[in-house]
Amino acid sequence: MIALLLALLIAQPLLADSNLPPAYWSDRELPDPKQEAQAQALMNELRCLVCQGQSIADSDAELAGDMRDLVRRRISEGEKPAAVRAWLIQRYGSWISYRPTAEPAAWPLWLAPIGLLLVGALLIRRRIKLKARP
Amino acid sequence: MSRAVRFAPLILLAVLLAGLIWRLATPADTIVKSKLTGKPVPAFALPAMLNGKPALASSDLATGQPHLVNLFASWCVPCIGEAPVLGALERNGVKIDGIAVRDRPDDVMEFFARHGDPYERIGSDEQSEVQIALGSSGVPESFVVDGRGVVRYQHIGPIEPRDVPRILAKLEQAK
Repeated sequence: MIALLLALLIAQPLLADSNLPPAYWSDRELPDPKQEAQAQALMNELRCLVCQGQSIADSDAELAGDMRDLVRRRISEGEKPAAVRAWLIQRYGSWISYRPTAEPAAWPLWLAPIGLLLVGALLIRRRIKLKARP
Repeated sequence: MSRAVRFAPLILLAVLLAGLIWRLATPADTIVKSKLTGKPVPAFALPAMLNGKPALASSDLATGQPHLVNLFASWCVPCIGEAPVLGALERNGVKIDGIAVRDRPDDVMEFFARHGDPYERIGSDEQSEVQIALGSSGVPESFVVDGRGVVRYQHIGPIEPRDVPRILAKLEQAK
């Protein structure tokens, strides 16, 4: 048990972080609350490349911090959030954005609720019919 | 209730379990490829990392000759394994340019003293800015850039000896 604890203490992550401090805007709010809100909304919808499954707003990875810095800097320079998102999609594909697109690959996602509603309606109709019988 | 309907939940469960077991046995691919392959390198100009070693800008890549652009860091463990392979490529006449991600000159010098320096130019990418602009998601990563500055190939992870023929072929195609 003690050996295991020691081993856990000594163990280092394989992909260590750099020795440089975090980027300036990575954990600092923009002075303009409207711009900060725009940046927050966008950062919550961008996927972290390191901790895949987390947004860059939630991730502690350094690359996520650098991406937050990039998002805040560009938005403070007056760039539209949609343009920043498009710039990142150009590099990493629509994978980087959590917001579903209208691409054919995403059609099942949009159609599923309609399909499920139809199935539900059919089921209810059948039940009502069965009950109506004396 | 008909027999088919009665067994439906069980069949659903079996399908769900089969799906879960399949995904556990063969995890989904987590590699994110850059979409810039086939497109020009985005314009950038990084400051020099070391004294006496030229800096790296996108204009240095469009020189009529293919380049291998290698993103590395002194704090990156797999980069140690890649270093001798890069050294061998350099001795074979491959022009290798480095982008040092989130690094300090002292640490880079120490890394070179131990593992060798195959680079012609090294740009310092302090906030992963150029890394993100290239659509790279980690270190080490390498890009084959042709003589007109167009990205031809991306290699994710360390270049291992078995990858060398493919890298050389991609560089040959990029001529």
